[in-house]
Amino acid sequence: MAIFECSELTKSYGRASALDHLSLTVEPGHIVGLLGPNGSGKTTLIKLANGLLTPDSGAVLVDGRAPGAETHSIVSYLPERTCIPLWMSTRKLLDFYQDFYADFRRERAEEMLTHLNIRMDQTIRQMSKGTREKVQLIMVMSRAAKLYLLDEPIGGVDPATRDYILNTIIGNYDPEAAVVISTHLIADVEQVLDEVIFINQGQVVLQSSVDQIREEKGMSVDALFREVFKC
Amino acid sequence: MKWQFSGDAPIYSQLIEQIKVGIVSGAFPPGERLASVRDLAVEAGVNPNTMQRALTELERDGLVYSQRTAGRFVTEDTAMIESAKRKLADRQIQNFLMAMTRLGFEKEEILTLVRRENTGEGLKHGDF
Repeated sequence: MAIFECSELTKSYGRASALDHLSLTVEPGHIVGLLGPNGSGKTTLIKLANGLLTPDSGAVLVDGRAPGAETHSIVSYLPERTCIPLWMSTRKLLDFYQDFYADFRRERAEEMLTHLNIRMDQTIRQMSKGTREKVQLIMVMSRAAKLYLLDEPIGGVDPATRDYILNTIIGNYDPEAAVVISTHLIADVEQVLDEVIFINQGQVVLQSSVDQIREEKGMSVDALFREVFKC
Repeated sequence: MKWQFSGDAPIYSQLIEQIKVGIVSGAFPPGERLASVRDLAVEAGVNPNTMQRALTELERDGLVYSQRTAGRFVTEDTAMIESAKRKLADRQIQNFLMAMTRLGFEKEEILTLVRRENTGEGLKHGDF
């Protein structure tokens, strides 16, 4: 059964349409890239999946359920903006996540924080923007969730950290779980994706496996994206 | 092992190619146990399902075999490895010949150039 499913999902902000009868499914065990130009509806879709917005019409289902308390326990969400409390230290944040999520694997988070030389007693406020993003992503990836929804996870970090983070995603790979990564840094993530979903103006324009695109078009997903969304 | 991918071919076929090179060059010696799919995927920086697909195909070819619980191993059939090596070499030669033909060289000229390169008197500036 699909872990994430949208059918005819529609959402507008006033008169501006964000999602227009969008349908898609994501199967467990897949790492999926949600790709589209700015303003194509990526963040709206992810917010709907987290119950932060409600649809105008259509349905969004996580593990067969509408977003709510039950789905929050199996979804690990990385918002587009960092939203961890600035006054907390790294250690405090670990406590917080441990209290909040039954599936939080603290040792895993500690191991990654140590690997990236992030100190336990430092407060979030004292960290650079990139470090804050790293810390939040580590928290999100340290949960044993069934669905990871990552909204622009690598936008603000340097290329070396980007590699480390992508390796973390592959290394955490669980055949029961699915990862949805929204990004426009396609060349960087392409190799780790099973599938890509291109969205534009609130609609799915393409859903295909990465290797199928390369096989049929003889070009990378990055190159195809540039062609499809040429300005 | 160093993994590198180009944009114009499927990733799984590039993985197959590079693992084959690893086997014929001895980076993965005959009979050696391969790392798990996940570890290989992390090492190459690719999707685990893609790595799985590449290994499954290498298994179908016989260069790799799996034993139920013990994992995956490189074949001990050195004749098979030798033949894989020949196939890879043929492909390299064809690519080389194609590139040289595109530059406007005839077969004989190419052979002469290769022979000269081999004896240490390769192309010098001003040869043309």
